Amino acid sequence: MQPARGAGASAGVCQDMPMTTPVRERPLSPHLQVWRWHLTMLTSILHRASGLALYAGAILVAGWALALGAGPDAYPAYMDLLASPLGRLVLVGLTLSLFYHLANGIRHLFWDAGLGLSVTASTQSGIMAMAFSVVATVIVWAIGLGQGGPQ
Amino acid sequence: MTDLRTPLSRARGRGAAGHGAAHWVAERVSAVALVPLTLWMVYAALTISAAGYAGAVAFVSHPVNAVLILLVLIVSGWHMHAGARVVVEDYFHRTLGRSALLVLNLFVTVLVTALAVFSVLKVALGGAL
Repeated sequence: MQPARGAGASAGVCQDMPMTTPVRERPLSPHLQVWRWHLTMLTSILHRASGLALYAGAILVAGWALALGAGPDAYPAYMDLLASPLGRLVLVGLTLSLFYHLANGIRHLFWDAGLGLSVTASTQSGIMAMAFSVVATVIVWAIGLGQGGPQ
Repeated sequence: MTDLRTPLSRARGRGAAGHGAAHWVAERVSAVALVPLTLWMVYAALTISAAGYAGAVAFVSHPVNAVLILLVLIVSGWHMHAGARVVVEDYFHRTLGRSALLVLNLFVTVLVTALAVFSVLKVALGGAL
């Protein structure tokens, strides 16, 4: 049996491997290029991407806590950095990631309970998760920009 | 749903990762906890962004706010460790690189969480004033 590997992969038999390594390379699941793009695939990829973005966001939150703990000189400098154009761009992306990961995470919890697994239901809930994340991001930033900066 | 596991696999109860479903369950439990915590965090971020240094210290010093911030930090730290671990396990197959990334993930999440938790405690307990 040929291992299911893409072009350029080495032949199935590995020569200089320890005896414990399987002789044949294990088949891999089909890769991105063999799938027609569909919505549930996009929502799955976005869930991982937004989760990793929030990993970076957690580092920014830790930076905020450190700056607050460092005192009244460090804190405004850190907040000015977040309020800069690049800082705001990052924060908008993190807000979007947060609401998307939240909504899509709830979708995953329903799936884990065995609910909403049909193609129609999962596509509809995917659209709802994406729409929610955009609307919630716009609302939060409208509130944030509307209330003005620090006194 | 159809059970795709073999009888032996079911009897062992250890699954593909070799240590059972505890990690999977813990990731979901932290996800459930993070639903209300995240929504509260958005409210907290909006409040703090308009508050300035003194306002932020006052906010963090309130016992309920301090405890909720600490819960957000600890539960999300746990959850992001669990999530990133699955990503590493899915995409990295060579033992050395995979192990190195899993250890790095553990160290980074614990360090980031510990720095943030200590700073919040310092402010909440009055060290910053």
